[in-house]
Amino acid sequence: MKKLINEPGDVVDEMLDGMVMAHPEYVRRLEGTNVLTRADAPVDGKVGIVSGGGSGHEPTHAGYLGAGMLDGAAAGEVFTSPTADQLQGMIDACDGGEGVLCVVKNYEGDVMNFETAIEFAEMEGDTEIDHVVVDDDVAVEDSLYTSGRRGVCGTILVHKVAGAAAARGDDLAEVKRLAEKTVERVATMGTALTSCTTPEKGEPTFDLDDDEIELGIGIHGEPGVERVDVMSADAITDHLTERVLDDLALEEGAEVMTIVNGMGATPLMELYVVNRRLQELLSEREIEVWDGWISDYMTSLDMAGCSITVLELDAEFKELLGAPADTPALTVRE
Amino acid sequence: MNEDTQREALMAALEAVAERVEAEKGHLTDLDSAIGDADHGANLDRGFQAALEGADPEAAPDEFVKGVGMALVSKVGGASGPLYGGSLAHASTAFEGGIDAESSVAFAESYLEKTKDRGGASVGDKTMVDALTPAVHTYKRAIEEDEVAPLTALSRAVDAAERGVEFTTAIRANKGRASYLGWRSVGHPDPGATSTLYMLEELLGVASEYLEGETDAELRVEGEEGDEGEDGEGAK
Repeated sequence: MKKLINEPGDVVDEMLDGMVMAHPEYVRRLEGTNVLTRADAPVDGKVGIVSGGGSGHEPTHAGYLGAGMLDGAAAGEVFTSPTADQLQGMIDACDGGEGVLCVVKNYEGDVMNFETAIEFAEMEGDTEIDHVVVDDDVAVEDSLYTSGRRGVCGTILVHKVAGAAAARGDDLAEVKRLAEKTVERVATMGTALTSCTTPEKGEPTFDLDDDEIELGIGIHGEPGVERVDVMSADAITDHLTERVLDDLALEEGAEVMTIVNGMGATPLMELYVVNRRLQELLSEREIEVWDGWISDYMTSLDMAGCSITVLELDAEFKELLGAPADTPALTVRE
Repeated sequence: MNEDTQREALMAALEAVAERVEAEKGHLTDLDSAIGDADHGANLDRGFQAALEGADPEAAPDEFVKGVGMALVSKVGGASGPLYGGSLAHASTAFEGGIDAESSVAFAESYLEKTKDRGGASVGDKTMVDALTPAVHTYKRAIEEDEVAPLTALSRAVDAAERGVEFTTAIRANKGRASYLGWRSVGHPDPGATSTLYMLEELLGVASEYLEGETDAELRVEGEEGDEGEDGEGAK
């Protein structure tokens, strides 16, 4: 394992310090915790939007702290959900008097710790707290036989929509409605060309031959739902896109926004190749693309691969997605 | 045992479990990397080291167990923090009157109930519940129906947990991170069931030391070791 780390157990702490030093105008660290908040949190008179999850997905989550997106971001250990007491501290610190919405990815640890934190926070204060669970990963079926679909890169769009709604003054119920509407209309599927290596384990999480790829991965280095022979960029893009579009059941003339997300070790060059094919496929289906983002938005450490996210739009979404956002990882200008 | 001995035994149990988790850290993480996200061993180890540091040897049994649970909740993270730590803290109230055969059964049942409730898992989902459920049922039955000593009951419970771990190897995961693998999860033992077994084994070891030489009848009257066993799952 060759990594730019000191002690494996110190990675998260040192990363957070480094982030605060890099972006003091955006973020600060709650003392004694692994929680970062907006530098000006809590923002009076605004619903607080908070999220969190394991580390190793940078720039998720703290990269989206700032005006128009998140007020708080809790960092767990690598690929491990933050603890309930840290989440409770974050909720308290981001309450500007109008309540707090927690955006939770559908992983059991995240869901359980957020639920516990909300119980604790409600016992101790009069803050109104609600949460939405994002489950955009179409690779796994939503059925009795799994823990439900995972929350992956579509979560960024939930942050953007909810953050913009809160910024314009919507109340908690309305912010939650818009966040849930986003969850309903967003779909993602990803692929891994290589495993990732967690600092603690020090070797690849799963073994993958040079001529194999994993389809339908999550974001924690867990194997995907299917292992297949390596394919061309276009063939992979076709497969991922078809699964995503089938799930959304879009009709001709639909309008969408897309994300081609890198998993951490895939160059932009390759993401642009994927994006090229994605846009071709949407055009063939007469689906209009309002905007397309290409970058590392929700990564899996040093995994090579990508995911494709599609959100079906309407006028309400376009206003919120186009609203200004000013964060370390994402800027939308007026 | 009197309360001083109970406190001493609980501390010994925590030390034994923490040591075992530390020793098996790499193995548990390897099991988890096959079907999960490769953090189970490291997370539990972090939690138990914190529990050891924060443990108060003078605390009453229920407070001691609760303290261990809260340390796990605040240090382990992931699903294991609320599952192991939350269940331990929840079940600790069973020891308000001290530890005996009866309260140990109540502790075990409360621990199991909270784990199932929090995780939403049932037997057959390939989770820690597959080791915990047969262990708790076996313990309860041994104490209440077979009327054996807690030490004997705990020994049977460990055997039941071991069969539970074997069972998880053969089945498909329906809960937890491994459920996303579907049939690919078959052939791998569940890491949570495995760590649960290790904790029970350590509790049995400590119980054996404290109850050595006592007869079944004597043990039944005193009863404390049994609850250690149960506690072990949580307390480990």
